[in-house]
Amino acid sequence: MSKEWPLWEVFIRGAHGMSHRHVGSLHAANAEHAIRNARDVYTRRNEGVSIWVVEAAHIAASNPSEKGPLYDPARDKVYRHPTFYDVPDDAGNM
Amino acid sequence: MDQTLKDHLVAFLLRQGDNTLVLGHRTSEWCGTAPALEEDIALANTALDLIGQTQLWLGYAAEVEGTGRTANDLAFRRDAYDFKNLLMLEVPNEDFGRTILRQFFFDAFQVPWLDALQGSTDERVAGIAAKSLKEALYHLDRSSETVIALGDGTEVSNSRMQAALDYLWPYTGEMFADDATDAAMSGAGIAPLPSTLHTGWRGKVAEVMTSATLTTPDSTFSHKGGRTGTRHTEHLGHMLATMQVLQRSHPGAAW
Repeated sequence: MSKEWPLWEVFIRGAHGMSHRHVGSLHAANAEHAIRNARDVYTRRNEGVSIWVVEAAHIAASNPSEKGPLYDPARDKVYRHPTFYDVPDDAGNM
Repeated sequence: MDQTLKDHLVAFLLRQGDNTLVLGHRTSEWCGTAPALEEDIALANTALDLIGQTQLWLGYAAEVEGTGRTANDLAFRRDAYDFKNLLMLEVPNEDFGRTILRQFFFDAFQVPWLDALQGSTDERVAGIAAKSLKEALYHLDRSSETVIALGDGTEVSNSRMQAALDYLWPYTGEMFADDATDAAMSGAGIAPLPSTLHTGWRGKVAEVMTSATLTTPDSTFSHKGGRTGTRHTEHLGHMLATMQVLQRSHPGAAW
């Protein structure tokens, strides 16, 4: 068994941010410990109002070597962007 | 305010400020050497919180004293016997276990103490307490959880925590030993008698020690002399030598 604490990925929602953003990672023994460490490591300059942590081992990631087949086909499909419409003011942030 | 009450108020404020100053400095000694990067930053944050509280307490102490001294003068130009901090806070860190257990003993006192001080008849005291309490609540959360994790951890971590407990226990009683200054503060409605917090503190400590599978010593013997300044340990002078060297060498030096 490894004696190192597991790695956790940290997500912070800023005071005026609308979603949690990945800010970095840290080591901690469990989820509560990870949140306290995230508070101390990543919010000491008043960056956040909410913290999420997830153990890095639970994140499934796409393979960088498959970049071509995954993303290139979307490049020439400009009609998928909603840029041909006028967005009403009432719609707010999109 | 009559002179006697004023003297007691200054002594009370020095106790408040010296506690946070001495513990803040001890905690800052971990900067760069803590067992994990995350703990290193957390300890530095705690130290900075405590030094920030010190500026408020000693700043007010200097104002009430009214002799022209500043918070910096009080922190860096007084000798060991002028300090009025608890002995528990000046003993060496030894290891991470003793450091965090001491922090827990202090936090478990500070939270109800600062909570009560929010209702002080002295508005400045109430204001400083309200600001400090938010920090103390977080410190207590972190220190109590860390004490539990280490006490109820491995055989090694448990034995080191038990050694820290046996060492620190005789120093805890000083927090609750009332004297004439406490009586004067209580009489003026500025602060409660520390002894009135003893039962609640014992309850909180018992709860955390049980979860941490640590055994509290039976002894009620208590070292005294820090709050009154009459009998500090030999460790305070060494700590002050390091802490004060710059202001002693270059009096009045500023950023």
